[in-house]
Amino acid sequence: MSEEKGSFGVHGTGDTSGYSGLVRTQVSPGSSERPFGGYFDDVADDLERAFPAFSEAIEKIVVDRGELTLYVKRTHLFDTAMALRNIETLRFEMCMGVNGVHYPEESGRELHAVYALLSLTHNRRIRLEVAVPDSDPHIPSLVEVWGGINWHERESYDMFGIIFDGHPGLTRILMPDDWQGHPQRKDYPLGGIPIEYKGATTPPPSERRSYR
Amino acid sequence: MTIHSDPYAESRETTEGRVYSVTGGDWDSLATEIGATKEERVVVNMGPQHPSTHGVLRIILELEGETVTEVRCGIGYLHTGIEKNTEYRSWTQGVTFVTRMDYLAPIFNETAYCLSVEKLLGITDDIPERASVIRVLMMELNRISSHMVALGTGALELGALSPMIFAFRDRELVLDLFEQISGLRMNMAYIRPGGVAQDIPAGSIKKIRETVDQLRINFKDNEKLLVGNTIWMKRTQNIGYLDLAGCTTLGITGPVLRSTGLPWDLRKTQPYCGYENYEFDVITTDSADVYGRFLIRMKELEQSLRIVEQACDKLEKLEGQPVMVADKKIAWPSQLSVGADGMGNSLAHIREIMGESMESLIHHFKLVTEGFRVPAGQAYVAVESPRGETGVHVVSDGGTRPYRVHFREPSFNNLQSTSAMCEGSMIADVIGAIASIDPVMGGVDR
Repeated sequence: MSEEKGSFGVHGTGDTSGYSGLVRTQVSPGSSERPFGGYFDDVADDLERAFPAFSEAIEKIVVDRGELTLYVKRTHLFDTAMALRNIETLRFEMCMGVNGVHYPEESGRELHAVYALLSLTHNRRIRLEVAVPDSDPHIPSLVEVWGGINWHERESYDMFGIIFDGHPGLTRILMPDDWQGHPQRKDYPLGGIPIEYKGATTPPPSERRSYR
Repeated sequence: MTIHSDPYAESRETTEGRVYSVTGGDWDSLATEIGATKEERVVVNMGPQHPSTHGVLRIILELEGETVTEVRCGIGYLHTGIEKNTEYRSWTQGVTFVTRMDYLAPIFNETAYCLSVEKLLGITDDIPERASVIRVLMMELNRISSHMVALGTGALELGALSPMIFAFRDRELVLDLFEQISGLRMNMAYIRPGGVAQDIPAGSIKKIRETVDQLRINFKDNEKLLVGNTIWMKRTQNIGYLDLAGCTTLGITGPVLRSTGLPWDLRKTQPYCGYENYEFDVITTDSADVYGRFLIRMKELEQSLRIVEQACDKLEKLEGQPVMVADKKIAWPSQLSVGADGMGNSLAHIREIMGESMESLIHHFKLVTEGFRVPAGQAYVAVESPRGETGVHVVSDGGTRPYRVHFREPSFNNLQSTSAMCEGSMIADVIGAIASIDPVMGGVDR
């Protein structure tokens, strides 16, 4: 997932801790094997049975920390969402929203869209995740499946630049209309102004020496 | 001819048609002028600064006479980039940020965030019972103070002033409790990953019980004023209608969903913090209108008081137990205490790290500056806030700072239903409908 070098987040010669040779590699949880446990097996089985394109649509299934994540290909996202909503044994009639996550290290899958689904009927939650490259950030819109995702998709567009194809009005929602860039991306600096107090200056948070 | 001229009121020609700036008090002169034009369709910008818009919310209304044909909300005026900011601070510091999102329900933001961090750490079951009970106690007190604002300002926006006076009087009593327990009235940063910042001070339980008794008496004032009041019912019944199908497709939760008759309350359906051990009722109505939502909030106050009393009973039994997780690699190194200027390190702890133990100082320094590491992965945790489901999606890359924190704010989501509730209704009913959603713009814009 990412790699950290040294201590205190200092690069170059600033690290006096003697730990500059330290390298830590972080790995995200990998794909899970059946049985998943709990209702996750039922969800996966029911979806597989009633949804013919299951094996092509689902890239991997991750069960981690008691939560089920289906990694869906964007080409099959709309159909998967429809199936999850409509199949009687699944009935995820509510989508609690979508939000982006930017992983600049994952080349070809930099932008992730994460959907939180809720089934009132069966009292279950699952998560859908779609990964797209930075160079082609298009994901089909799910407004036709869950109307309430409208503003959430606009927010993800605003903050990450993910383009939801088929959205009825994909405009910025939180930032001003003429804003440049997408603030929640990792390559977008936090910004801020230095703090001055009695002649001394503290740089803005993203430029401070940080203890990572 | 204007009778009293307002220096800010004006009208001018634009490419879109004639634009009138209305500031209030100049309606008579403008009504005459607008009445003289041939245009039937009027677009009204209500807000972003308007006493009845429930915050810095801009409502764009298209009118045919007094009937609303289209409503859109313009939001983003309070966007502060809290989610981005948390990525540059430690996991514990994140609490201080997220508490400022929905500023009327700070404890819920904190709890949801802390539960998600704890889920990532895998310590959900290690949280001491006393800490969970204090969380429940604080959340329910917070629900009362939040509902008080919803009822008070909602009534105020519809022209009823007295309920607001009573509601804010009662809210003040709850804020006094917050001040005694956490040192602050709002934005307390009191719930921390692993537990709570400090144990409740001695004598608090007694004061809470007194306040609960007082609130029971006080709540009757607003009940007498509004429940069954003919004018109030005429302004709220059958207004802002949204049925169950509308709620599910729009992802609506909280009192608006419960006003359709569905008893969906995460405290019952997906309990957290030990809510399964408390006795309370989920309040529903089946009118799916503004009056129904008002009644739900009114009755939830009593249920919250019941939970607060049960939490007090539990706290008395758990006297002296820890309020922070036992793992010293995660737990904040000191118990804090409330001083004259707010919450700070207790003097006993300062003495230990500055005068007695070098190791304690190193430990304190490492945890406070660098923080703890959270294993890589993601988690979603939802709690039932006064406005519906507050969901937190956190992603960690294994470092000492969040990789991504996203709040699924109920206000943000529920505000989408404005169009569904208001289109086709009278302009005066838009105010009541939006007030019944109870959006808090700090939460909407984050």
